[in-house]
Amino acid sequence: MNKQVESPKDRVIRSQHVKLGTKNKKGQTYTDINKMFYETEMTPSFLTGSEVIRAAIKIASVGTSVAYPITPQSEAAALIGELFSEGYLDEYFRGESEFAVMGQCAGAAFGGHRVFTTTAGPGTLRAMENFPMWAGSRLPIQVCVTMRGINSPLTIQPDTLEAHYLLETGMLMWHAETAQDLFDFILKGFIVAEQPDVHLPIATMCDGFFVTHTKDTVLLPPDDICLTPYDPYRAPVPCMDMECPPVRMMRDPFVMKSNYISYATHASWQQEVRAAVERSRKHTIPLLDGLIDTENTDREILIVSSGTAVSQGREAIRLLEGEGIKVGLVKIKTIRPFPHEEIKEATKNAKHIFVPEFNMAGWLAREIKAVVPDNQRVVAGPQVGGGMTMPSEVIVEEIKKHLGMKVASISNRGS
Amino acid sequence: MSKEKITICEDLVDIMPPEYQELVATATYGKEGRGWKDIGSSKELIEQHSLCAGCPESIAFRYILASLPNPEDTVFVGSTGCTSLVFPHVAVQNIHSLFGNQNAIASGLKRALKCRFPDVEKDVVVLAGDGATVDIGLDMTMQSWFRQEKFTTICFDNELYANTGGQESGLMQKGFVAKMAPVGKKFDKVRLPEIAREAGCHYVAMLTVSKPNRVEKAIRNAVYVARELGPTYIQLYTPCILEIGKQSMEGLDEMKDAESIGGRFVMKEYITDEAKKLLDDIEAEEKAKKKAAKAKEPVSA
Repeated sequence: MNKQVESPKDRVIRSQHVKLGTKNKKGQTYTDINKMFYETEMTPSFLTGSEVIRAAIKIASVGTSVAYPITPQSEAAALIGELFSEGYLDEYFRGESEFAVMGQCAGAAFGGHRVFTTTAGPGTLRAMENFPMWAGSRLPIQVCVTMRGINSPLTIQPDTLEAHYLLETGMLMWHAETAQDLFDFILKGFIVAEQPDVHLPIATMCDGFFVTHTKDTVLLPPDDICLTPYDPYRAPVPCMDMECPPVRMMRDPFVMKSNYISYATHASWQQEVRAAVERSRKHTIPLLDGLIDTENTDREILIVSSGTAVSQGREAIRLLEGEGIKVGLVKIKTIRPFPHEEIKEATKNAKHIFVPEFNMAGWLAREIKAVVPDNQRVVAGPQVGGGMTMPSEVIVEEIKKHLGMKVASISNRGS
Repeated sequence: MSKEKITICEDLVDIMPPEYQELVATATYGKEGRGWKDIGSSKELIEQHSLCAGCPESIAFRYILASLPNPEDTVFVGSTGCTSLVFPHVAVQNIHSLFGNQNAIASGLKRALKCRFPDVEKDVVVLAGDGATVDIGLDMTMQSWFRQEKFTTICFDNELYANTGGQESGLMQKGFVAKMAPVGKKFDKVRLPEIAREAGCHYVAMLTVSKPNRVEKAIRNAVYVARELGPTYIQLYTPCILEIGKQSMEGLDEMKDAESIGGRFVMKEYITDEAKKLLDDIEAEEKAKKKAAKAKEPVSA
């Protein structure tokens, strides 16, 4: 558990039931994920995050997508509808609420489809009951979570608090920093989530607006290739299509009260879901080139974060460099599985570990504090929430303040 | 129709549990004219259950299973409640996910199966209690009807939350004193059959399970109409004898009382013209088939 895994030659074993090289009804050629990303010429495109989601789904061989409007994912969900009208998906419709949508996604996944949906903020919380059900039912559905504030008074601004609520649902959770990450994570996420020894739902998360509504240059493979489709008969649990013997096929542990077996089943199933999250590491590490990225981790000061807080951290490092303060960086790509060992190793030389976050709860700092030795080294901050941006200067200020240096504080301006 | 999907290869038959071997031997899959009369002699029609002794829901469950036109290609979607205690004994695939989301699950399932098996009729049947159908799940129940989803919704109406110990539900009678209705329920029993009709169901039936012939016909009608036209709804009175203070053997009398003239469960059906025509055509076809079969029989001396 949590040990570094060597990159195998074939990064991931692809689904075998569709012959590679054959074409789908849209003329796209079924292509191995490794070939798609590592042997295909990529073309730069200047796109919004929502358009990037569309571009990924266009070549993802998705069966069903169910949509519901909520900012900031509405545009992406509608763009997927356009793909459906063009024949790239088998099924697409608007559900009546996020709770219902996640149920409809579950139904389609139980029926053997690859399923993709998007949600955000309050929608994620409204849907929440479904996520542990997805994991417990071993449904490899992908939900793209374009994170935003969840609190009252109403906010539609970026905030990563909803990720905190997803931590113990049993889903894989990957946090994209950029539009390029998001594109890669969506496609690679299907492949990892659908591996028979994983077979869990995956939340591909990005910071709303910062990623969804800004334009960025993204390298895309040609759209005349696509992923091999989901093969429901490689699943570790039976597909609910009555194509195999229908005996005791409830896909959740039995609810027989006062029955020791039911308690044992529940306990072992929870352990199994968590073990499956850990087993995803061996597929994820080669495909994402590790669960974390690091820069200059020999330095005494490190910024460790995920999502767009990493981008702000990079700029803060540049500013600090100008003042002669050298800072290293750890970018966390997967929140579940959490890269315990990798973070321990990357931070072993650090005296100060700063964790900038776009939420006031500081859930990532807590996760890091729980795994690194001498965790008084971890500074939970800076944190912004409720729709505030996090200028790089705020990170600079936090670091300098902590080091006992004088700061020209933004908040002190004019005083 | 056949037993192909449940048959074990010869080399492995002897290591299968005897219950499974018996299932294959006695299953009615593939049997022409299967129906409620097969109950008691067929393993897959719920030989055992874990409900209360005499619970009308257990017999309703059996009638429904025996009435499915195509059990080999039928998937059930259930919900939390007493029904979830029976589903492990049901020999068709069944999904239990959450409480109240059964019609959302069924919507995604039916559509995915339609895409994956365009040439095979895969029936989806929702089976849930009145709490799941009318209270917590009403939004998803009705929205699936608005969307004209092609599956059947069956509600086991026991007029309360039975599995949690007899609390008030929307289908409970007005004035009934129950847990969470300490001074009696304040509003009328929700008229879901009428709501179903107005929400777009093509076939609606409300009845008790005292008469197996009627139940069988209603289930078949509902499944056939759902295949061709759109949503169908059946509400079955399955009184919770435990929570209304009846004895194990009094369930049948309770249902007969409730369906007598002036009772809450006098049988009613709402059928659209389109559905009526479809059912008439199916009936005529079946009659013609029977007649042809009879004509082929050798004349006895």
